[in-house]
This record gives sequence, structure tokens and C-alpha cells, in this order.
Amino acid sequence: MTFEPADRVDSVPPSGIRRFFELAEEMDDIISLGVGEPDFSAPWAAREAAIASLERGQTSYTANRGKQELRDRIADYEASTHNLQYDPDEEILVTAGASEGLDLAFRALLNPGDSVAIAQPCYVSYVPGATFAGIDVVDVPTRAEDEFKLTREVLESSGAAEADALVYCYPNNPTGATMTAEEMADVAAFCRENDLLVFADEIYADLTYEHDHTSIATLPGMRERTVVFNGFSKAFAMTGFRLGYAMAPPKAIEAMNRIHQYSMLSAPTTAQHAAIEALDNCRDEVTEMSAQYDRRRKYVLTRFEEMGLDCFPAAGAFYAFPECPWDDAGEFAESLLQEKRVAVVPGTAFGEGGSGHLRVSYATGLDDLKEAMARIESFLN
Amino acid sequence: MSSRREILDLLRENARYTTEDIARLTDYSESEVAEVIDEFEEAGIIRGYQAVVDWNAVESDEERVRATVELNVTLDRETSYDDISDRIAKFPEVTSLRLVSGDYDFDLEVEGDSMREVSHFISDKIAPIPEITQTVTHYIMESYKEQGMEFDDHDDDDRLSVSP
Repeated sequence: MTFEPADRVDSVPPSGIRRFFELAEEMDDIISLGVGEPDFSAPWAAREAAIASLERGQTSYTANRGKQELRDRIADYEASTHNLQYDPDEEILVTAGASEGLDLAFRALLNPGDSVAIAQPCYVSYVPGATFAGIDVVDVPTRAEDEFKLTREVLESSGAAEADALVYCYPNNPTGATMTAEEMADVAAFCRENDLLVFADEIYADLTYEHDHTSIATLPGMRERTVVFNGFSKAFAMTGFRLGYAMAPPKAIEAMNRIHQYSMLSAPTTAQHAAIEALDNCRDEVTEMSAQYDRRRKYVLTRFEEMGLDCFPAAGAFYAFPECPWDDAGEFAESLLQEKRVAVVPGTAFGEGGSGHLRVSYATGLDDLKEAMARIESFLN
Repeated sequence: MSSRREILDLLRENARYTTEDIARLTDYSESEVAEVIDEFEEAGIIRGYQAVVDWNAVESDEERVRATVELNVTLDRETSYDDISDRIAKFPEVTSLRLVSGDYDFDLEVEGDSMREVSHFISDKIAPIPEITQTVTHYIMESYKEQGMEFDDHDDDDRLSVSP
């Protein structure tokens, strides 16, 4: 017997972003617009609360579902900001990042051989997560002409009606696309008609710039079939704390917790203390960071327009997703990196639906962003 | 939609942003930005543009010495705070002057080339003003944050250069 990856692991290729990361890491002096996390540090009050909890010696496990005080605050926060009503005792599970939550949902709520429709391009973990759980994937490629929104038309044409669940992320990584209430209502109707569960990754909900964020779980007949994922990584700039949460009806949370209690036991305790403080006292910082992203978004979109680079007006997260002027976006990104020392990520790293596009993250200080845009402009000329 | 206040916030963040930069960062056109800034300047809302200098980082022979001075004053029927502040604010050595609540009345900031120069200025020009009853001078030894800017902010970007 030797160590060989199990078949379901072997069937998943290494992350498409990996190769690019290795290339970029070898170079000095690059400006990276390839980063999928905030450039801000976590709000100081949250960091300070983490330090204080360590000083007090609060280093033991918490309840499997997360500290009661944290779940209470999450319930209040989701009610006041996203109009979501969840019972902190039975309907909220605190996880090690939203990614753990999604992994739990795949394993706890679907059976091997079930199928899941995944809106693409998407975050790199969805397809592997489903595959590790033995679930078949139905690709739902969103289209540039729809500004990468999920529509009834693409759901129908991709065969999503036959799937057991739908997974998506809006505001979207990597496209920056958002969905209005009306657009989301169409998706909800499709899911009800075809009896689909929904795994809604709303990690970027608070970074929606042109309109209010609408959670699908607030729409009629959807709460009972939806798991909503959110967390502290993006809006609160707390990626390294690894803290997220899932919200769903009691039966779903109970099933997910059954895996979580054995595999994770509880989400990181120090991070939970930081998150309590973040919800109590760091909302102003979230508003300020969001305002900064919005300015940079406008800056990047305006600059792309000035250089004649086609880009739809992405209204969420911290990504713009311009069309690549070359046939091969991977080649373009590599040349841009080598010649101008600017890193962007080819859209194909996020699934076939992203081909012909580039993910440009504006989670970067304005000085660097200005310089990077100037370099891209000179590269294009 | 951007507000005029946003233009003010952006200039406070970095007064060297060009009108072109600000237009790209907001919903305003370049000419609208220029117009709003003109209006702010004319209305006395924007009083000037200055660099934030970390004097600790400057060559020692060009160093500036700064002190904050607590001033106590007495008023009478003919003399108001404004009359006293007028006299003090005129000195070029005075970089800021504020009326404050608490144990003393004015909070003064003074700048000079040496401690000696600053001391002489306080004793020769400020202390003799008849309404002033007491001065307490604090020399600034080290500055960690000025006008919202941390001087040692450890802001090295330690993120992975590419991440999902």
C-alpha cells in the first residue's frame, strides 16, 4: 500500500490560479490586481478584542454551533441589513469561513450521485467541493451579454432543472456582477418550479454599490429551500480569522452541524471574539471600506473605458471583469505580468464561463491602482 | 450618486489628486469637480493645501522643533477671546491656535528651528501679552500620527500576490 490520492481527489485538477500565483511570486516589484481579499487590515477594535480574549485566557472550544453571543448578533445583523430572519439557536451555524459552510452543505444535504447546478464563472472551490462529496456538477455558464447575471434562460438551456440544488455567488467573484430584486425573483421562481435547493453564497452582500442586495431567502417560498452563506472575510476584512456562518431552516443546520461537530468541533474561538466586536462596533469601518471600494470601482471602470477595454459596469464585490483584447486571456495575463509587472487573473481560472475575460481586483490602494492602470494602458498601446 | 462632500473627503485623503483623478473616482465630470473645488475655496471651506511632514525623517540640520503651549487668560469687559487670539495668531511661529474647554483656555502650537528659539518666542512674545496669566510649554519629542496619518503604520502588504 502506498499513498495515492483517492479517485475523487485525483479527478480534481490543481487550482487554475496556482500556476499564475507561482509565476507572480517569483517576481519582485509587481503590482497585483490578482488578489481576492481586502487590502485593508481587520478593523482595529476587532483585532484588539481578539488580543483581549487571549489575555483573558479564552482559548477553549466553544459550542459546536458557535458562541451564543455571536449567533445572537449575527441574527440581529442579518435582520437589520439583509432582511433575513433566522433563529440564533436553531438556524445559524458558525463555520471556519463560508467555504467550510458550503462544503458541509454539499456533504450533509446531498447524496453522492445527486447533481448540483453551479453558476459560472465562480469561486474556485464550488466544483471541487461538489466533486469531493461525490456530487455531479451541471455547469451553468452565465453570459457576458447578460452582464454575467443568472437568468431563467441560461438555467433552462444548461439543464439546471434536472439538478437537485443550485449554487451561486452574488455579488460575484470573479465578475463583480450583482442581481437586482427583480432578477433574483426570476431565479427564485425557476427554483420553486423545479424544486431545487439553493446554496446562496452572499459573502460579498455588503459590497453592493448601485442597488440594495437582495437575498433569495427573502423571496416567497424560498426560505425553506435555501442555505445562505456569509462571513467576516470580505466586508469586515477579516479573511485570516477564517470565520463565516450558514443560515438555514433547523433541519439543514442540524445536518450540517453533525459533520461540523466531528470535523471542526467549533470555529476558531479567538476569531469568534473578534467577530462579536466587529458586529458591535465596526460597522462604520465597513461603510468606509465599502465607500473606498466604490470609488476605486468607478476609477477602474472609467480608466478601462478610456483605454477602450470593454467592461460591463460591475456593481459589486471588488472585481471588474473586462473582456480580454487577445484571444487567449492566459497568454495576455502572462505577458502583462512579464512586461509590465502587473498581475491580473485570466477568467478561465474560474471556470469555462470566464474565458476571454480577466479578473481585475481593485482591493488595492489607489496609488498602486493608478500606476497599474497606466501600465495596462501602455501595454495595450 | 456621489456628493460634494465626497470631493472634500478625497482632497483630505490626498490633496494632490487631480481634478481628473477625482472625476474618475466619483460620478462627477472633471469640469464639475473643478467647479465644486472653486466653490469650496471661495466659501472658505477649503483654506489651503499642505503636506503632512514627518520631521523625524528629515535631516537633522533642517529639523523643526515644535511645542504645544497651554495658555491661561483673563478677560475683562473690553477684551474678548477673539481679541487675544488675533494678537497671537498673527505670529508666523504659531502654526495652530484653538480655544479649548478644560483647565486652560488656548491650545497653541509653535514651530521653530531650535528649542532656544521656541523658548524665546514664548517668553518674549506670548507671555508678556497682558491678558495671559500662565503658559505651560510641552516640547514635542516624537510624533506618531499627524492629521490622520500614522508615521509607522506597518502597512506592508503581506497578502499572497494572487489568490482566489
